Amino acid sequence: MTINVSMTVNGAQVSHDIEPRMLLVHFVRETLELTGTHWGCDTSNCGACVVRIDGQPVKSCTILAAMCDGHEVATVESLEVEGQLDPIQMGFHERHALQCGFCTPGMLMTTRALLDENPDPTDHEIRVAISGAICRCTGYKNIVSAVRWAAEHEAATANREG
Amino acid sequence: MQTPAAFEYERATSVDGAIASLERLGSEARVIAGGHSLLPMMKLRLANPEHLVDINDLTELSYIREQEGEIRIGAMTRHVDLLRSDLLAQHFPLFRDAETVIADPVVRNRGTIGGSLCQADAAEDLSAVCAAAKASVVIRGSGGERVVSMDGFHVGPFTTAVGAAEILIEVRLPVRPDGGSAHEKVERRAGDWAIAAASAAVWMQDGTIGDAGIALSAVGLTTIHVTRAEELLRGKAPSDELFAEAGAIASEDCSPASDGRGPIDYKRHLAGVLTQRALRRATARALHQEA
Amino acid sequence: MATIENLPSPSAERPIGFGRLKRKEDARFIRGQGTYLDDIRLPGMVHGAILRSPYAHARVVSIDTSRALAHPNVAAVVTAKDLETLGLAWMPTISYDTQAVLAGDKVRFQGQEVAFVIATDEYSANDALQLIDVEYEPLPAIVNARKALDPDAPLIRDDKAGQHDNLASPTWEAGDEEATNRAFAEADTVVSRDIIYPRCHPAPLETCGIIADFNPQTGQLNIWNGNQAPHAHRTVYAHVAGLAEHMIRIRCSDIGGGFGNKVPVYPGYVCAIAGSIVAGVPVKWIENRTENLVSTGFARDYVMRAEMCSKDGKITGLRVDVIADHGAFDSTAQPTKFPAGFFHIVCGSYDLQASHVKVKAVYTNKAPGGVAYRCSFRITEAVYLVERMVDALALKMKADPIDLRMRSFIAPGQFPYETTTGWTYDSGNYAETMKVAMDIAGYDDLRREQREKRERGELMGIGVAFFTEGVGAGPRKHMDILGLAMNDGADLRVHPSGKAVVSISAQTQGQGHETTFAQIVAEELGIPPEDIEVRQGDTDKSPYGLGTYGSRSTPVSGAAVAVVSRKVRDKARLIAATMLETRPEDLAWEKGRWYVKGDPEKGAMIEDIAVRAYGGEPMPEGMEGGLDAQVIYDPPNLTYPYGAYIAVVDVDPDTAQVTVRRFIAVDDCGVRINPMIVDGQIHGGLAEGIGIALMELLSFDAEGNCLNSSFMDYLIPTALECPDFELGETVTPCPHHPLGAKGVGESPNVGSPPAIVNAVIDALYETHGVDHIDMPCTPARVWAAMQGRPEPPQ
Repeated sequence: MTINVSMTVNGAQVSHDIEPRMLLVHFVRETLELTGTHWGCDTSNCGACVVRIDGQPVKSCTILAAMCDGHEVATVESLEVEGQLDPIQMGFHERHALQCGFCTPGMLMTTRALLDENPDPTDHEIRVAISGAICRCTGYKNIVSAVRWAAEHEAATANREG
Repeated sequence: MQTPAAFEYERATSVDGAIASLERLGSEARVIAGGHSLLPMMKLRLANPEHLVDINDLTELSYIREQEGEIRIGAMTRHVDLLRSDLLAQHFPLFRDAETVIADPVVRNRGTIGGSLCQADAAEDLSAVCAAAKASVVIRGSGGERVVSMDGFHVGPFTTAVGAAEILIEVRLPVRPDGGSAHEKVERRAGDWAIAAASAAVWMQDGTIGDAGIALSAVGLTTIHVTRAEELLRGKAPSDELFAEAGAIASEDCSPASDGRGPIDYKRHLAGVLTQRALRRATARALHQEA
Repeated sequence: MATIENLPSPSAERPIGFGRLKRKEDARFIRGQGTYLDDIRLPGMVHGAILRSPYAHARVVSIDTSRALAHPNVAAVVTAKDLETLGLAWMPTISYDTQAVLAGDKVRFQGQEVAFVIATDEYSANDALQLIDVEYEPLPAIVNARKALDPDAPLIRDDKAGQHDNLASPTWEAGDEEATNRAFAEADTVVSRDIIYPRCHPAPLETCGIIADFNPQTGQLNIWNGNQAPHAHRTVYAHVAGLAEHMIRIRCSDIGGGFGNKVPVYPGYVCAIAGSIVAGVPVKWIENRTENLVSTGFARDYVMRAEMCSKDGKITGLRVDVIADHGAFDSTAQPTKFPAGFFHIVCGSYDLQASHVKVKAVYTNKAPGGVAYRCSFRITEAVYLVERMVDALALKMKADPIDLRMRSFIAPGQFPYETTTGWTYDSGNYAETMKVAMDIAGYDDLRREQREKRERGELMGIGVAFFTEGVGAGPRKHMDILGLAMNDGADLRVHPSGKAVVSISAQTQGQGHETTFAQIVAEELGIPPEDIEVRQGDTDKSPYGLGTYGSRSTPVSGAAVAVVSRKVRDKARLIAATMLETRPEDLAWEKGRWYVKGDPEKGAMIEDIAVRAYGGEPMPEGMEGGLDAQVIYDPPNLTYPYGAYIAVVDVDPDTAQVTVRRFIAVDDCGVRINPMIVDGQIHGGLAEGIGIALMELLSFDAEGNCLNSSFMDYLIPTALECPDFELGETVTPCPHHPLGAKGVGESPNVGSPPAIVNAVIDALYETHGVDHIDMPCTPARVWAAMQGRPEPPQ
């Protein structure tokens, strides 16, 4: 038994016949072959699978692909545009905010959404924003620093561009 | 990865359409809203519905507004909107207290108030919040709507007054003057379910507590509504001693079970401590004295 | 690309050699372009799923797979009977025990593998698991290590001939019992404690898994598998499956964290290999999170009793008796001759008169494992024990815990220092490192703040731990695993363009090998690190070696890379001498260049030497062309990193919640190749240590049900439980490592739990009389301790 789902993923319209039970994380990874989105826990505790739906970060292991029919999905693959890294990606590199890299896509999507909403977050606000995401490698300190780097970078860029 | 068993899926375009679908599909159909309680159960194969009726398109159920002396919250209102609503925070600040400690920000983007209440997990925060705030809920079926108090809503563990072909559509919070409220929770780690949590609301009247609402999460098979403590408080001037007495009642009247979060005596202790803390803060808010 | 103000200067940004070089591997990870195991898809690939036992101990009466086989998408269902025909029903563990690949006679822990389903897709495979009917006859379960040796305890390993009890290994001892008795007889203060290091789990964010692809035509077995020791795995598979080792190729994908969990060979791996051999197509099997927590490599689970004594204000003796809980099969990861790993480093950083350690191991109806969760072979348990005991002694002596440590430290002049259990610590200045930590913490001010808060009824604790680790296993004269020397290879080829490829036997799981090892070559040869490709994790493309765990990458593999670079440099010198028409001994080296002593203008750059090495012009007499070299590095000793950690905690007097407000970590890991990466390693290990101290626990009920089988109950700290770590350093180069480096990955996980627990006790002793608590310090457990009835974890 399959149903057709159509949605916008990273700006492109996609349409596929899938089982209703297919989780969004599998639709993205298996059907669309966008493997940047990971899964780590089954129970929506780890945040490795975070993508954005209509701009909001959500855990794609706990949403059906069918529920996204007609919506806009953005994955980590959307961050780099025409060879230009998103400042949040640059920040993670600059501040050594990743080690094994497995949580990184979810962290990037979560913190990008944070900055879109709150361009100048405090350290505590950053920690709250990523509190649904587990990183086993970094102890979070450098992730906080990376988000601050991106915030400052964006502010500096905005100032220069007046 | 864990995956759910197969089911059929349809998307409701109206509340009545959803109700009609539930009637048509029978007892093996479930409503899915945010899905953050249901889908994990389905992945564990603890829930195996044959049909899912997705009500996420029912944006008409997503609102927080003041109407007829009540704050009315649509069932599809998501946690994030409850957290951010200044209207809600102004009249019922315990919602914001609770929403900062319910799951995590990303989960809060999906989970809904209706889903939380209908899951009726005794450890869930909003059921206690609504009980303390003296909320009622609106349940709609093909025969029309009925309004049920929180006491009537909670039928038993994981069981509510919402029938198989009914949908919870609204939560109503009566606004009364000089009120204050607070929610206190102890958890093992950020984002975890409560070891214990207490919601309290007070409505002041001439320097005394005119009415009070107290409810507890995670210390019984269902949300514990501590009516004895509410009675104690009515008509009395707020004081730490009074709150301690109310806390003692909360400790006595809850019925926690021992589990990985803690033993019974600790949970009883927390019920008392958190009730006191919530009352203290609720009263300070009612009196505009919050530090 | 836009930049921001205040960027460091280019040379500091892009050091040729040691320094804060940003990581090369980031480029793919920040784009979501890492290739982790589940990202790999092969043509025709099918999916495996494992049916697991719901019981901790039960006889398997029957297994009926017919309904599963009738599922249209199911290709095969494998049970123990099928494996028996292939000779694969049991497999050897790395501790010379055997482990059932699929349970045939009995299940011995909840979550044990019972059947393996192969289906076209993961959803169907999971569906089919529900269609397998297994009849069990439940047996009483043993989950408590102390009860495992009761005479009436049910026998768990009735499969082993001659096994009549649940003893997994005979008592193993270190130190001198008589001398220890004398030290205690002469002591003026003695303390004793029962201390449990509870069972916890490395829980890397990516679970374990494998893709096995056996080609029946060629006999080639291709394996994709994120594991920490690919060469050792290949040897094991060759042994287990009876395949030719050279016909097995293991490729490590990017690994989403290991922390010891990805060291062992698991039954699921063998099932997938058997499945591919049977089905003739590639088989992918990846654990879900529950499977990871309930069946693959747990850590710790040491039940310890210790006594420590002092004389004239100084620690003099230590006596330790341990029961190690190995679970149902002994698959602990230890060097062969060390059944308790390096636990006997338990004498710590102190100049003791004597010590004695006894360890015995038992079987229980719990998952097998005993891997080192970011720990070098039980050093974590040892450091936890000794640092808790020092604090217990300080309490009894009414001494400041730092003062007692300072009085008892091995002094700088005593190195190399032979401990009372036989380790030779190579170097150290412990007091200096302790002082740096005290300065960062503002120790005296903290004590003042604590006194003031106590008067106001607030509970604040300051906890100290000082650790010495022995890492970088290890010298072949002392240790091996399954008979394999714990050495590592490196193969360096400088190409005619002057760019290089270095192949190593270590395997990164996030430690940044691609960057750090390039920096080592850069430091030694002056080739920019971006021009050095680090190859790892492919058994066809890298030299043999035992992999990455036990903080051994830099101490062993890093040393191999340094040595191989120096071999290339030596060869370059001979070629340069020919080029410069002088004698090799007249040449001096500066980074990237040999030049003539006394005429520094005259020299040859490494890239020019490379051109010559591959070019048409003559080579030095008797020398082959090319500029490359290969080594297998056998470390002469372990390295001994150490550190001083201070935790500051607040305890809510009413709810008993513990908050780690500050954490100060001063590590001496010798020379730091990339300080940025070193700091990152420390941050990560501290977070894990906070997890272990406060929340991470695998617990079991009396029937052996695992109570922490998902991330809803196996709690890992989030950003909100971790403070803004404060780091410091001292640098005491390792005298025998070619770079003076010691390894650091595990230090923070080793050192932080005792600091935090000591802090919790420090917060509660004076007001509540709490002088002991076992981990994890959850609110409920701390509250129970505050009520005067602390409970051991179960």
